[in-house]
Amino acid sequence: MKHHHPILAITLARLREFVRRPEAVFWVYFFPVLMVIVLGVAFRNQKVETFDVDVINGADAASIVENLKLETRIKPHLRDEDESRERLRTGKTTLAISGGKSDGNDASSPADVEYLFDPARPGSLAARNLVDAQLQKSAGRTDVIKSNDVVYSEPGGTYVDFLVPGLLAMGLMGGGLWGVGYAIVDLRIRKLLKRFMATPMRRTHFLFGMMTSRLIFMIPQIFVLLVVSYLLFGVKIYGNWFSVALVVLVGAIEFAAIGLLVASRAQTLETASGLMNLVMLPMWTLSGIFFSYERFPELVQPVIKLLPLTPVIDALRAIMMDGKSITTLGPEFAVMITWSVIPFMIALAIFRWND
Amino acid sequence: MPSAIRCTNLFKTYPGKPPVEAVRGINFEVNVGECYGVLGPNGAGKTTTIEILEGLSPPTSGEAEVLSMSWAKDANAIRERIGVSLQETQLSDRLSVGETLQLFRSFYRSGVDPDEAIARVSLQEKKNAWVKTLSGGQKQRLAVATALVGDPELIFLDEPTTGLDPSSRRELWEIIEAFKREGKTVLLTTHYMEEAERLCDRVAIFDSGKIIAEGSPAELIRSLGAEHVIEFSIDQNHEIMDDELIRSIPTVDRLDKSDSQFRLTVGQPHVVLPQLIQQLADKGISLSSLTTRHASLEDVFVSLTGRHLDDENAGKAP
Repeated sequence: MKHHHPILAITLARLREFVRRPEAVFWVYFFPVLMVIVLGVAFRNQKVETFDVDVINGADAASIVENLKLETRIKPHLRDEDESRERLRTGKTTLAISGGKSDGNDASSPADVEYLFDPARPGSLAARNLVDAQLQKSAGRTDVIKSNDVVYSEPGGTYVDFLVPGLLAMGLMGGGLWGVGYAIVDLRIRKLLKRFMATPMRRTHFLFGMMTSRLIFMIPQIFVLLVVSYLLFGVKIYGNWFSVALVVLVGAIEFAAIGLLVASRAQTLETASGLMNLVMLPMWTLSGIFFSYERFPELVQPVIKLLPLTPVIDALRAIMMDGKSITTLGPEFAVMITWSVIPFMIALAIFRWND
Repeated sequence: MPSAIRCTNLFKTYPGKPPVEAVRGINFEVNVGECYGVLGPNGAGKTTTIEILEGLSPPTSGEAEVLSMSWAKDANAIRERIGVSLQETQLSDRLSVGETLQLFRSFYRSGVDPDEAIARVSLQEKKNAWVKTLSGGQKQRLAVATALVGDPELIFLDEPTTGLDPSSRRELWEIIEAFKREGKTVLLTTHYMEEAERLCDRVAIFDSGKIIAEGSPAELIRSLGAEHVIEFSIDQNHEIMDDELIRSIPTVDRLDKSDSQFRLTVGQPHVVLPQLIQQLADKGISLSSLTTRHASLEDVFVSLTGRHLDDENAGKAP
């Protein structure tokens, strides 16, 4: 039989164990793909946005409906007041229109029409303005200045384009923490780590073997995700392929090192999974996988940028969406490299090898 | 003769409240080419001692020298030359026998070919089988093969046959005997007396972190003073028997009573038995069981501690 270098032998053993566990392969490779498909379909850009609005049954209701039907983006529905209020409360409609029966704010000039809506609800203000413009126009208002709409849709600017780099980075994080951390705790529980320590195996060979096997699992994971998002949603990389590969590699090393640290002392799988969730949870919510972290208060943004996941997502988005060069991503790489080196060193120092 | 293992005044205390003194002053020496057995009940300090000798846990104090090298200075050199099979190691289920040995072989600078290690433990037919498909005995043989693949001069086997059926146990004994025939050294722990008597040139009996007896199995049995054991039980209260009368029977060396039975260590059973039966008959007592056998290491342990080796609460586990 062939004799391998220990790093290669450990890597090979890990790869074999991994591919012989089909359910693990499924979760690692297909779960992120499933996420892209589901979210990509849910948030696909609609050709023309339409607004379903309620017109409350009353004096001018019939004529309001007729007037609104002239604007194709408005879909008016005639309903009773109680029903409309209920639909507003439960979010089933964004806007209800009531024809001139109220006195408005100023008793001296009763309003002709009243809009009921919650301005904090997405789309409600747009619906109100579109409906108002249409009703004013029907009542005879003319435009004072001429305007013209030019449809401008830049490729790479859809939600899916935004989402895919986030999911790539999320896959790197989950894969690194689980792939390395869980595997090490499992070896420790099975006393196999202790058994290895009774051989001349070098500790660094072991750690490098675990990290290398993780980097190899990652290649198809990234590849499948990129291909599926290209085929289904036309997500393209506007920047350099090599730059994407480099960010992915450094990101994978970063999370493998963090996985190593999480697993360095844990003696049960429960402890390890608790720690991993503790580490991942803030990043799932803060680092901008699904929405931009710029929605968080300005005060916490510098902190968010120092989390291990944020620079990976930012760098991937900068390259994939904006086509930026890797030379502009110095700060991102600095954070990623720091999160690779320091956890690795700490893990090496505190690692529980023999029990 | 050079020694393969020498340990001097080993102590191991696990911190805690109260601290557990697992090993309390162990001294012994194993010669090259010898099979040395460490016997004792659970919690006697056997595994702690063997793990100190394997370099897996440092002693609190004392010195452990393996192949004339010290763990403090030559740890990697020692690891290149020893083989180890731990208790409770679970090898990876989804690697084959051959792949497992290839992995272990990669850790050693020199060693035997994995195929050779497979042949030594007679697993050729299972070379491509996943570990999870192996029987308990086959798994244990694979564990021994991982200890042999580095071509060691000394192997440590911690309870290699615990939980195996008799035929699997015999297969392992043959593997260990073959290793011994090459002039190599074995240190094994066991709580099977039959195993120690068959394999070991010398044994040390451990109890509560100390060695309470050491020597060849034959020497230890001879030290009992009498080489046969008669065990019997009666269907009435034990008080009815006159202990002094039993002890007065010629060649009776010792009488031990437990809840369920009487145990006599005797020189000549054919002298003792008729008189014992007569005493019972005189009192009108009937026997519910009677056995006679050669004395074993188990009897040595019982005579030294008053307890049986497999008593669950014989010692404190670390």
